[in-house]
Amino acid sequence: MFSMTDVFLVVGITIAFTVLLCLYRAVRGPGVFNQVAAVNVIGTKVIVLLVAIGYIFERPMFVDIALLYAALNFVGTLVIAKYLERGEICSA
Amino acid sequence: MFSIIDIVATILMVGGLFFMITGAIGLLRLPDFYTRLHATGKCDTLGEVLLILGCMVYQGWSFVSVKLFFLMFFIFMANPVGTHAIMKAAYYTGLKPWKKGEPRM
Repeated sequence: MFSMTDVFLVVGITIAFTVLLCLYRAVRGPGVFNQVAAVNVIGTKVIVLLVAIGYIFERPMFVDIALLYAALNFVGTLVIAKYLERGEICSA
Repeated sequence: MFSIIDIVATILMVGGLFFMITGAIGLLRLPDFYTRLHATGKCDTLGEVLLILGCMVYQGWSFVSVKLFFLMFFIFMANPVGTHAIMKAAYYTGLKPWKKGEPRM
């Protein structure tokens, strides 16, 4: 019979497939803004993928890594957006 | 066997997967940068909130569930802010929105 581990396995495989779909836009996207948006979307999908991997391995402490990755992805997106808008990261 | 809590968690996670697949298809198929962010900015946020809510229901009352709640709250706040920052940067650097009849960008 199925167990809940199989449900989390299906969730993880589907999220990995959507990451592959977004990877096309991250590589071929016309212009740098499409690429930045696609990388941001991939980063936010990977957070949920980490949580699912933690439940597949029955070790839910992967949530700590997911929290850290969420903070890093948010700050990275903001810094890249400010750099593309102003041409510099920090004005003196 | 599946209990009631497992079935509720599975329904929540399947709903989240539907929204994430919809967001990915929108990122691939829509004609413009702004419309692509319109697709992903909402679908990804709702899909991830539903998926992490399913994990919280499966976990029950524990310390990991509190951490999952903080993760969900942070995504719910931070993901629209990041989308808005990218879109504002693209608008101020002069990227024109797509109009009907023009070729796809």
